[in-house]
Amino acid sequence: MCQCCAEKKDIYLPELATVMDAKAMNVTERYLRLAMDDGPFDFVPGQFVEVSVAGIGEAPITISSSPTQNGGFELVVRKVGNVTKAIHNLNKGDKLGIRGPLGDGMYPVDEAKGKNVVFICGGIGLVPQRSFVNYVLDNRDDYGEVTILQGTKEYDQRLFTDEVAAWDKRDDVQMLETIDLPDKRWKSNVGVVTKLIPMIKSELKSAVVLVCGPPVMYKFVLMSLEEHEVPHENIFLNLERKMKCGVGKCGHCQINSTYTCMDGPVFRYSDLATMPEAI
Amino acid sequence: MSVKKIAKKDFVEFVETLIRKERVFGVQAKGDRFDFAPLESAQDLRLDYDVTLQPPKKFFQPPAEVLMTFEVGGGYQSQYDDEPFVLLGVHPYDMVAINQMDELFSQDNYDTHYMTRRNNATIVACDVAKPSENVFASSMGTAVVKSGYDVLLTDIGDSYVCEAATEKGEKLMAAAKKAVPADDAALKSREAVWAKNKKGLNRHELKCDPAYLPKLLAKAYKHPVWEERAKTCFSCGSCNQVCPTCYCFNVQDDVNWDMKTGKRERAWDGCLLDGFTKVAGEHEFRKQRADRFRHRIYRKGMYVPEKIGGQIACVGCGRCVAACLPDIANPVAVYNRLIDDLGIG
Ligand SMILES: Cc1cc2nc3c(=O)[nH]c(=O)nc-3n(C[C@H](O)[C@H](O)[C@H](O)COP(=O)(O)OP(=O)(O)OC[C@H]3O[C@@H](n4cnc5c(N)ncnc54)[C@H](O)[C@@H]3O)c2cc1C
Ligand code: SF4
Ligand code: SF4
Ligand code: FES
Repeated sequence: MCQCCAEKKDIYLPELATVMDAKAMNVTERYLRLAMDDGPFDFVPGQFVEVSVAGIGEAPITISSSPTQNGGFELVVRKVGNVTKAIHNLNKGDKLGIRGPLGDGMYPVDEAKGKNVVFICGGIGLVPQRSFVNYVLDNRDDYGEVTILQGTKEYDQRLFTDEVAAWDKRDDVQMLETIDLPDKRWKSNVGVVTKLIPMIKSELKSAVVLVCGPPVMYKFVLMSLEEHEVPHENIFLNLERKMKCGVGKCGHCQINSTYTCMDGPVFRYSDLATMPEAI
Repeated sequence: MSVKKIAKKDFVEFVETLIRKERVFGVQAKGDRFDFAPLESAQDLRLDYDVTLQPPKKFFQPPAEVLMTFEVGGGYQSQYDDEPFVLLGVHPYDMVAINQMDELFSQDNYDTHYMTRRNNATIVACDVAKPSENVFASSMGTAVVKSGYDVLLTDIGDSYVCEAATEKGEKLMAAAKKAVPADDAALKSREAVWAKNKKGLNRHELKCDPAYLPKLLAKAYKHPVWEERAKTCFSCGSCNQVCPTCYCFNVQDDVNWDMKTGKRERAWDGCLLDGFTKVAGEHEFRKQRADRFRHRIYRKGMYVPEKIGGQIACVGCGRCVAACLPDIANPVAVYNRLIDDLGIG
């Protein structure tokens, strides 16, 4: 092989990691804690990895833990297809392949310092947001008021219930939760996540707002934030797209001219003005 | 680097010696059309071809290739196609496309799989001797090429002018014992071929300078042309397949019969195909044919140019024009329609 290729690493080649811990969170979501077999793993909240199950394929999955927490990194995987199903079969001690961390569009961990921070999460959107939530809570003095909004379709789909309960108990966090289609076990807010926005106690106009949820959610959340006069520069959206390579080559993740895997998955709303396909 | 002249009959002899020493691919007749294929006899080489069915991109990004092998539950091992080869007869517009691919595969994240093949290649380009039915390289500024090749051949009648542009090219041409330094007359003839091609490879004429296309597209996003044209689109992806500057791909695992080992492969994909952007949960981001049709035209005229210093990523080979059954893929027809409606400037 020529010198220039021999010196460069193969951008498609996964490195091995070991499952340190794995458990079912509910019927469709599985929690995994991983550690790389070789070397350190540094990342910023919002970044993702390509998870490889040999023989099945790869899937992009956001890191759910905060870099402030030691002992590997955490993923939460929803079973929807071949690769995610195979990930669900992994248990403690099993090996899997990891590429990453990937994505230059991360959460604005520094920019948000000194400001109020508002997390708006729909369903599994809590999983990526949790990385930044815990980052903020581990550096609590650096940030202003912290508000977390979580909307879930059904009671049994609620994620990280212990952690959410612990956030709710803190007096330096406003935790609001709602369920679309509740049953009698649920005694709190009912309806979609946008219903919680008027209940935010801290000043919203000057806050940094982070949004992650299913594609349909963004339009409604943005409409509501518009009403509350939140500047587009202060809103950050975590966008999902189909991904195959994660390194800016395969073309699947393109939103107009932007490669979500390279410049995302977290985008500043004002930057989306030139990307009509984004929302 | 040197510019020589070689008589056509001596060139055949030179190609024969090449075939005996190296892995050579060259343009050959395939029925009444042409394509690149392994060259077994110098007589089969057809440098008078109009256009090849497939662009030469397959030598650098094959339709399917193994990226790595793995053991189930174990490690991954990169795999490379690492054998030198000579590519004979690449037309200027295709050379420009290869230059663009080189930039795209090496920038930001260096793709060692593409680049290994690329660095193993010695490319002998050749100026167009016969325009194809749909070529519009003159409109795109790709009728002649100034870089990327190792050797450039120009047919000047009874002989070829051969310019070696790199060390590799010099080495290759060293075997052409009967080549002599090109005289002024030969160089003049070459200039004449270039001048002719700069105008004459133009079966579809773009009504603006290609450099204007990004600006044109910047105001055309909501134009009715996307819907109008895409109405009859089959979403067959042929326009992607035959395009020398389409490089999107899919990645897939394949387990061997032993169920213990396997390989991860990448294969050509196409942004016109339904499902290209579909994620789990059945959500599809470019669900409408018009969205996908527009995306391809924007990639050629705006998105990819942003990544490669403004060069337009349609080189005017005309292959998509011929490949599209409902006859809607022709980029010039789209651009001209936009110019008619939106004006220039
Ligand atoms: C940046 C990013 C972060 C993500 N984070 C998480 C997470 O933390 N937890 C989680 O459960 N899911 C996450 N997803 C979605 C997850 O990647 C898909 O559910 C998964 O790829 C589906 O693969 P599959 O083989 O199981 O499904 P199939 O439907 O069989 O998918 C086949 C292939 O299509 C592609 N694909 C399908 N759905 C998606 C999708 N939604 N996004 C991207 N590619 C897709 C993949 O390349 C996959 O290999 C994330 C997606 C992106 C883009
Ligand atoms: S868009 Fe059509 S004419 Fe342009 S380079 Fe691709 S195949 Fe050739
Ligand atoms: S534009 Fe033509 S070639 Fe391309 S997908 Fe549509 S029908 Fe097929
Ligand atoms: S996932 Fe391949 S280009 Fe972004």
